[in-house]
Amino acid sequence: MVTEGLLLEPTLYTVKGIAILDNDGNRLLAKYYDKTIFPTAKEQKAFEKNLFSKTHRANAEVIMLDGLTCVYRSNVDLFFYVMGSSHENELILMSVLNCLYDAVSQILRKNVEKRVVLDNLDIVMLAMDEICDGGIIMEADSSAVVQRVALRTDDIPLGEQTVAQVLQSAKEQLKWSLLK
Amino acid sequence: MNAFKRDKKEEEEGGGNPFQNIEKTTVLQEARTFNDTPLNPRKCAHILTKILYLLNQGEQLGTMEATEAFFAMTKLFQSRDVVLRRMVYLGIKELSSIAEDVIIVTSSLTKDMTGKEDLYRAAAIRALCSITDVSMLQAIERYMKQAIVDRNPAVSSAALVSSLHLTKIAGDMVKRWVNEAQEAVNSDSVMVQYHALGVLYHIRKSDRLAVTKLVAKLTRNSLKSPYAVCMLIRIACKLLEEEDSNGNSSPDSPLFEFIESCLRHKSEMVIYEAAHAIVNLRRTTSRELAPAVSVLQLFCSSPKPTLRFAAVRTLNKVAMSHPAAVTACNLDLENLITDSNRSIATLAITTLLKTGAESSVDRLMKQIASFVSEISDEFKIVVVQAIRALCLKFPRKHSVLMNFLSAMLRDEGGLEYKASIADTIITIIEENPEAKETGLAHLCEFIEDCEHTSLAVRILHLLGREGPRTRQPFRYIRFIYNRVILENAPVRAAAVAAMAQFGATCPDLLPNVQVLLARCQMDTDDEVRDRATYYHSILEKQNKALSNHYIVEGLQVSVPSLERALHQYTLNPTETAFDIKSVPLAAVTPADENANKMAANAGGMLITPALPGSKAAVAAATANTVTREETYLEKLRAVPELANLSISLFHSSDPVELTESETEYVVRCVKHCFPEHLVLQFDCTNTLNDQLLENVHVQLEAPDGYHIVRSVPCARLPFNETGSTYIVLQYPDELPASVGTFSATLKFLVKDCDPATGQPDSDEGYDDEYMLEDVEVTLADQVQKVSKTNFGSAWEEAASTHSELEDTYSLSTMGTLEEAVRNIINFLGLQPAERSDKVPEGKSSHTLYLAGVFRGGHEVLVRAKLALAEGVTMQLTVRSTDPDVAELVTSTIG
Repeated sequence: MVTEGLLLEPTLYTVKGIAILDNDGNRLLAKYYDKTIFPTAKEQKAFEKNLFSKTHRANAEVIMLDGLTCVYRSNVDLFFYVMGSSHENELILMSVLNCLYDAVSQILRKNVEKRVVLDNLDIVMLAMDEICDGGIIMEADSSAVVQRVALRTDDIPLGEQTVAQVLQSAKEQLKWSLLK
Repeated sequence: MNAFKRDKKEEEEGGGNPFQNIEKTTVLQEARTFNDTPLNPRKCAHILTKILYLLNQGEQLGTMEATEAFFAMTKLFQSRDVVLRRMVYLGIKELSSIAEDVIIVTSSLTKDMTGKEDLYRAAAIRALCSITDVSMLQAIERYMKQAIVDRNPAVSSAALVSSLHLTKIAGDMVKRWVNEAQEAVNSDSVMVQYHALGVLYHIRKSDRLAVTKLVAKLTRNSLKSPYAVCMLIRIACKLLEEEDSNGNSSPDSPLFEFIESCLRHKSEMVIYEAAHAIVNLRRTTSRELAPAVSVLQLFCSSPKPTLRFAAVRTLNKVAMSHPAAVTACNLDLENLITDSNRSIATLAITTLLKTGAESSVDRLMKQIASFVSEISDEFKIVVVQAIRALCLKFPRKHSVLMNFLSAMLRDEGGLEYKASIADTIITIIEENPEAKETGLAHLCEFIEDCEHTSLAVRILHLLGREGPRTRQPFRYIRFIYNRVILENAPVRAAAVAAMAQFGATCPDLLPNVQVLLARCQMDTDDEVRDRATYYHSILEKQNKALSNHYIVEGLQVSVPSLERALHQYTLNPTETAFDIKSVPLAAVTPADENANKMAANAGGMLITPALPGSKAAVAAATANTVTREETYLEKLRAVPELANLSISLFHSSDPVELTESETEYVVRCVKHCFPEHLVLQFDCTNTLNDQLLENVHVQLEAPDGYHIVRSVPCARLPFNETGSTYIVLQYPDELPASVGTFSATLKFLVKDCDPATGQPDSDEGYDDEYMLEDVEVTLADQVQKVSKTNFGSAWEEAASTHSELEDTYSLSTMGTLEEAVRNIINFLGLQPAERSDKVPEGKSSHTLYLAGVFRGGHEVLVRAKLALAEGVTMQLTVRSTDPDVAELVTSTIG
């Protein structure tokens, strides 16, 4: 009986949760995919607090907590977590985490900071949705994810762009026309 | 003031969180802008983001609110803004479970799903599948099938993943998409391949043959996706495990070869998955383990923490079953004990503790002590388990380890963690008499400052049991009485009970204990007062037999049975007094052992189990064993023919197999012992899918003296079902005749039937029979184990009241004392007392104490003096309240 628990049931439902926390351990975004663990927001947040307190000091990449294997990565004031069952292949979870981090980094043009995430929260939400659907890994290649969430700058109507943005795009166009 | 502070903080952060102070009602108000024409996509997207952010923060929307927001959102389909549209899909998915009438967007989504815009299609499929129900699904089935085989990998993946989600509501329909999924497995996209494999396996998982074919095919043409290979490894493992449990495993199965070949895959993920699988497969031999271990060894020196963690965690697992296989990695593990990731360091150290030599223990313990406060409770428990194993392995190291444990006991920690330390100390005390006094001292110190009531009660109970038999029992009284002064009611009550144990066992302490108990009679709590009065008045009598019965031994019946018997008694008012002898005795000790063992297993498993789970398992194990007789009795009562049997089921044996497990009919026998009757329960399973059995019964040839009272057949036994047939026998009057062998034959009426439907072809059948192995009724079937905490005093007391028989035997087939002890216990079915079943190493003689109750309530006490000299010589002394029983015991051995 004990041994059977250790062999993994063949299923696509791999990811138990994904979370992005700030440097106070507060949730920016979090999704839990298994109804049986942390069914209420209160339990989820308690878990996140605990997780944060255990991980914010040492950058050690992996920890086991409350029967879950959690892999994590941090940058400036952000903490990215991916959770799986305690028997899960850590490297699969890590590939999901790397995809999440790289996708966010590409979306935010390498400015992986809390403020920038909040400014682009919609796109980050879409990216998370593209990476994992109900616990199933949808895509683990960050560039494919970025491509699927469609960056915004292309389709802002002219009237709503700031002066700086207009200048920026004018510059780009000029550059391209010169290069041709 | 507060607001000011917050402002300031936000300024420091340079603007702060734009979502910080939003409120549900305002945002929902804002959602009305969705109805504006023309739409402002940026603004709408921002509002939608706010709603999703709120939901994500755990804000609850009412059904009304959600439905309103949902309908406002549907207006946004007018906009052609890509991001906004995608946010709408996200919103639909989030709200689909709360809002009503979400079906309304089906047509919009179907349009997007079949449209030209690739960026919409994939996401629209997923949104659509989250709102659809079985009836609507029929309408879109065609599109789903097309989408699964779509050229765009995003669309195909979305369709596959959604169909997997849909299996929960419409499993049968998804099964029809198997051909499309089959085609998708051959896709070039790695993710599509993975998802398609997941769907295919899910559809076919109940059909073993189809799964075998699937795996055979996919292992041949190598999959591109590492995820899919990992999945395939897991499927292969499952097949191998099933083969094993069916008993037809072949030494070199192609499945195992496939898993082994994955150790040479180019992706680390796959290599680790394969190594993990090999380690965890039950069939793996140490030779097959070697390549997996060397792969893990390589990972140990990887710069990636996750890889090191995964490797050392798996090695730790190997160390439990095959410590020798891991010794080769000791050097690599040594390098990891200072790893900056504490989890890795802990795992490395505990692995080394399992594989290493006695000399390295001190050094490793020192290392682990330096950071034990930094690791999580789960890992601390792993450390404690390792220490427990170590103590059993190197008993001489107990002082170092015990000190370490007591230091851990003083640290902060949850109940689970503290309980595991206390458990370990208790185990050490029980296994190693030298460690007893120090262990008890540590525990005494611990209860001085213990916030967990349940733990304090357990330790007090242990002190009451073990304390009186130490060299200086008076030392413990102070610790115990302190609890009476300082703690809450349950702990006080336990402390009173523990003190009474001292009073009953140590005559020189009795006057002092009486004084303390007298004081406790003034307690504010009823239970504490009652206990104090009870113990005080019994001890006052100074009657050894009385205190033995009512203080030292405690209640020996099973509590649930007692509860039921009392309930029954109160239902039918009678003149006669309640007889406690009619309540079945509890076989408590095996349950305890099991629970402990399970706890040890669960905790020892490195992969730390979800803690509540393991607790439940322990509880289940306990409940399960304690009430074995209860559950059987329940079942027997349900049979009308047996209902009039006497209510007190005395003892039920473990099931005995009467056939090989792979035969046409599988029969197991359970022997139920009642005071005057024996009931044989035959559990029969029909494994032939083209036969329906009727009137199934067992014909028994009983030895002389037995009298068959009745036989209860099983009326119908279809394929793959288990039915029970019973035989009731009356025990012979002469006790020695009750031990004997019955030859049994299974008889039944066969009707051939259609394997698919299970309907018989005709009403005509033919009689058939099937030879079973003999049923043996032994002494062990007729006794119930009873644990005696103080065997010595019970034995002395029995000298005057019981009849005694003595005999000497030579057990020539036994090579060791342990073997002899094990065999005697199994043969007599009695409970070893005072841990006399553990033979100290290197001794050539041993005394075994056994206790139990024979059916009818006759107590049996056995003392077996064993000596080792070319076989084992045994002097057996039996004391029993019934001379016939004593004679039966002496006559059956030999």
